[in-house]
Amino acid sequence: MRLSCPLCGERDRREFTYQGAAAMVDRPAPGATTEQWSDWLHLRDNPAGRTRDLWYHEAGCGAWLVVERDTVTHEIFGTALVGGDHAD
Amino acid sequence: MVELTAQTPWAALLPVTAGATGLSAWDPGPMTALMPYRGRRAALSEAMQAAHGLGFPDPGEVTAAPPLRCLWTGRGQAFLMGGPADPGLSAQAALVDQSDGWVALRLEGETAPEVLARLVPVDLRPAALPEGRTLRTLCGHMTVSITRAPEGLEILAFRSMAGTLVHEIADAMRLVAGRAVLG
Ligand SMILES: [Zn+2]
Repeated sequence: MRLSCPLCGERDRREFTYQGAAAMVDRPAPGATTEQWSDWLHLRDNPAGRTRDLWYHEAGCGAWLVVERDTVTHEIFGTALVGGDHAD
Repeated sequence: MVELTAQTPWAALLPVTAGATGLSAWDPGPMTALMPYRGRRAALSEAMQAAHGLGFPDPGEVTAAPPLRCLWTGRGQAFLMGGPADPGLSAQAALVDQSDGWVALRLEGETAPEVLARLVPVDLRPAALPEGRTLRTLCGHMTVSITRAPEGLEILAFRSMAGTLVHEIADAMRLVAGRAVLG
């Protein structure tokens, strides 16, 4: 498996660490209810199809990426830097 | 005052030659990590131009104003090497002294990419990594910075990994040399 890092180009899977659902990036507001925080922390979709994951380019540029892929076909649709293009 | 003698992390390990490949150490001198504050990348680059005559590198790029070089080393990070960083740059970026924290190797010879192909999961042949380009990747299980310089491939790694790095690369050099002998 290879992932295309927006900064480094196509790289082997061993350079990356998988974190989980990209929904983790969308933190609730500081004043959110306990239930909202609990949902954000514990509830995950489990799609058969398109999903968005966080991957860390640990052995490369150190960037967090959002990888959009298909859990059924293993097709990778695209990768993007978390937080956009700034600070690269 | 006591004058301390600087020791290399290589001891008697280097240089190593095997077949058409040579591995040697070089002294990177003072090294400073430059990490621009959010939205200050352009301002940092301008301040670097004014102070040192080189800009902040794009991903995979090396900027140079001899004896200084600036190597891209990651998202929002570059290493200024070959001399101290102007303290004035700290208005635009976090500056962290890296001197003596890293070791620098040089792998020379046409077979250098072939040797590292056994350890590094990235194409390092000149067509893929031309002179003046740099990247971050793995060498075995160690994170490294690899740059193509006129003399060969330059490898930066954590100083604590020096012995392992030399061992891994020297082994790969001997294996590639052995293959060449066998035809
Ligand atoms: Zn990367």
